[in-house]
Amino acid sequence: MGYVSSNTKPLLSRKATNEGHAENCPYFDGWKAYDKDPFHPSQNPDGVIQMGLAEHQLCFDLVQEWLVSNPEASICTKKGVDKFRDIALFQDYHGLPAFRNAVAKFMGRVRGDKVKFDPDRIVMSGGATGAHEMITFCLADPGDAFLVPTPYYAGFDRDLCWRTEARLLPVVCHSSNNFKVTRKALEEAYAKAVEANISVKGLLLTNPSNPLGTILDRDTLREAMSFINEKNIHLICDEIYAATVFRQPDFISIAEIIEEDQEYNRNLVHIIYSLSKDMGFPGFRVGIVYSYNDAVVECGRRMSSFGLVSSQTQYLIASMLSDDQFIGKFLLESAERLETRHKNFTDGLHQVGIKCLNGNAGLFLWMDLRELLMESTVEAETALWRGIINEFKLNVSPGSSFHCSEPGWFRVCIANMNEETMKVALARIREFVRRNGDKLNRKEKCRQSDLRLRLSFRRMDDVLRSPCIMSPHSPIPQSPLVRTRT
Amino acid sequence: MRLLLSGKAKCNSHGQDSSYFLGLQAYEKNPYDQTRNPQGIIQMGLAENQLSLDLVESWLSENQDVAGFKSDGESIFRELALFQDYHGLPAFKKALVQFMAEIRGNKVSFDPKKIVLTAGATSANETLVFCLAKAGDTILIPTPYYPGFDRDLKWRTGAEIVPIHCTSSNDFKITARALQQAYQEAQNCNLKVKGVLVTNPSNPLGTTMTRAELDLLMDFIVEKQIHLVCDEIYSGTVFGSPNYTSIVEVLSKYEKAEVWDRVHVVYSLSKDLGLPGFRVGAIYTNNGSIIAAATKMSSFGLVSSQTQYFLSMLLSDKKFTRNYISENKKRLEKRHASLISGLQNAGISCLKSNAGLFSWVDMRHLLSSSTFEAEMELWEKIVYDVKLNISPGSSCHCSEPGWFRVCFANMAEETLEIAIRRIKAFVDV
Repeated sequence: MGYVSSNTKPLLSRKATNEGHAENCPYFDGWKAYDKDPFHPSQNPDGVIQMGLAEHQLCFDLVQEWLVSNPEASICTKKGVDKFRDIALFQDYHGLPAFRNAVAKFMGRVRGDKVKFDPDRIVMSGGATGAHEMITFCLADPGDAFLVPTPYYAGFDRDLCWRTEARLLPVVCHSSNNFKVTRKALEEAYAKAVEANISVKGLLLTNPSNPLGTILDRDTLREAMSFINEKNIHLICDEIYAATVFRQPDFISIAEIIEEDQEYNRNLVHIIYSLSKDMGFPGFRVGIVYSYNDAVVECGRRMSSFGLVSSQTQYLIASMLSDDQFIGKFLLESAERLETRHKNFTDGLHQVGIKCLNGNAGLFLWMDLRELLMESTVEAETALWRGIINEFKLNVSPGSSFHCSEPGWFRVCIANMNEETMKVALARIREFVRRNGDKLNRKEKCRQSDLRLRLSFRRMDDVLRSPCIMSPHSPIPQSPLVRTRT
Repeated sequence: MRLLLSGKAKCNSHGQDSSYFLGLQAYEKNPYDQTRNPQGIIQMGLAENQLSLDLVESWLSENQDVAGFKSDGESIFRELALFQDYHGLPAFKKALVQFMAEIRGNKVSFDPKKIVLTAGATSANETLVFCLAKAGDTILIPTPYYPGFDRDLKWRTGAEIVPIHCTSSNDFKITARALQQAYQEAQNCNLKVKGVLVTNPSNPLGTTMTRAELDLLMDFIVEKQIHLVCDEIYSGTVFGSPNYTSIVEVLSKYEKAEVWDRVHVVYSLSKDLGLPGFRVGAIYTNNGSIIAAATKMSSFGLVSSQTQYFLSMLLSDKKFTRNYISENKKRLEKRHASLISGLQNAGISCLKSNAGLFSWVDMRHLLSSSTFEAEMELWEKIVYDVKLNISPGSSCHCSEPGWFRVCFANMAEETLEIAIRRIKAFVDV
């Protein structure tokens, strides 16, 4: 940065020049690789396929249809322009009442109407990103910590810690029990913090989980509530993937759990929500902090001045989410399409012997490539990941970028592409597995693969075991894994 | 329960207990409406520009493609819905910097690569302070200043503000002496000064800075090796002479100097275009490190892509922007003239001003004593008895009691006339 030298005083803050933005980690490296060489079916068919961005692109046709039929929802159309002035001037940080009402109703709907949300507890923020930072500013002082189960979304390091100077402490979860968040793990993490003299202000749960694609069961949620009540710390539940649950078991929101026991201290519970994942609108920056704590609502509302939702967008969203019929249709279709996409991918991966964690939500898979690692280390995982990006041009996200305690897991986003691209991605994954074929015990694991695939694996195995057969001019790039073996 | 919240949640740095906000609250409880509540409080405490929105509405009626999320007839809804790149929509940034240049008479040009989009000027100012200062560092600001700065610059950043005292003796202009005194005051309190922040045109004064003042500021920040933040959100509201001089013009002669990347401009479309609801703010700077850091920080408050798209189309239309800028100026001038002549008629004078959406009104002669208590007394009478929500100078940290900021662009002409009649009636009693 050039500002800190022996002669001149530092002219920028530490926040401006440190690594707190967390962008120099592999999660973002993959993005950069994609940005340089993005896949396009006709213009750049050999480019990197983006599988590192958890976006929901499967239902835009439904929304577009709705927009065409509802021109008055936009203040820019002839039908809506009579509202332009009032909306353009509206900067009240309480938000448009219609917006808050519609969001509260939608949130209830997404949870099967098993709970009701109070529009007066809805506080706007600049996307979930802004919501997380804001709730942290409300709850924590610099140096205070939040416990967060691993693996967790890489962006939390920035969102909860950068400008707030709070810290995240991992609650380590293991594949041995499908990464369940156990009371034991919570207690261990808490005790460790106490021993290190770190003040724990709360627990952050993401449910449905990113990157796992699973939902928390009722027992886990009850344990979490009991834990935070006992320790008198806050519980932040990031439920931004709530409507991406596409299969049983049903999603259980913390909002339901809270109603189960009058003894629970509601003042400790806060929900983070957004329309970026459930509706597929990350560009519109609709973030919500829903708190059961009046003081947090009051404080959060004032802080929301730093990231209000554009009134133009509030107006559109209010109109859209109030359309009960449309929303009913959307939620159903969305779940169906996500389920189909999920099945296509998991089946395709299964055919080549790749397992994924059994998930029923989210916009991604948690893929298990542990057996392909040279050794069970982060370095080996990173090497494998770089191979996947550079040779197979698939930007998947390595588990280490999610602070996963076990190397070899990868998050693969599946809902941010069309079917054509999905097929190309699956073909590349198959190719990748073929290259690494001798690492997997094909005969046991691929009973359902077709004969042609098995034969080609064997053929490829033969080729790989005799490097002299590989011409230096071979069109098949040599995997670094092959090179290091011989 | 409050024990479980952060220090920031428990403190008063959000500044919302100040009279500025109390006045807004009083208005909300009893708002004037021509037909439904003609005895209600008239809002004169909100610096909004409601005079030229019809021009935007007309543009919309002629550009319906934009309305339907269409570009060349094709729907781009999907692309917009997905667009969350913190670098911002290129077409919007290009149109925005061109608009900024046009407001400055095209005497300067702006590079779209040097602009960072934020959720309103509120976020732009806070983001800049996060980049320049750590908790406990200080920004010097000339008084009187916009009450929201206490929240925007100090609350979550932990930074401090030390005032540069300006007085009516020289029409509140910044002097070298005042700058040095403020710097010294900070030093005496062991506070490290990181920069100066000025608003030009000024809120609440409605005046534009002279070239001499701007040169003075540059000399000062060069001497002290600190930053200068110029909040130019009212640059498009200059309606009279002298001509507006932006800091960007002054900066052009420092291109090779060290200070080149220590000057930063804040902009917004809330005042010039009258679109506060759309939350469009910007930071403009030559400083690459700040551009990089602020861009990443803007993740916490990006501008909605829907809004970026609409505005990119609106501001790319040069016919519209040319017409808007000149028509807006005329309307502001006329409205300003109505207010000051009405006040003059009531024996009340204003600071001579040529910009902004408000006048800085001198009611010192109406105080029972030259104290802030008397100012509060007068203010309460005006809000609750005369039923006008105006902003007392103390909420703007003015060092002299008796001055009030009175907004004139956020109401219909008839409403302004009624407000003026009420003041006259109050004074005549």
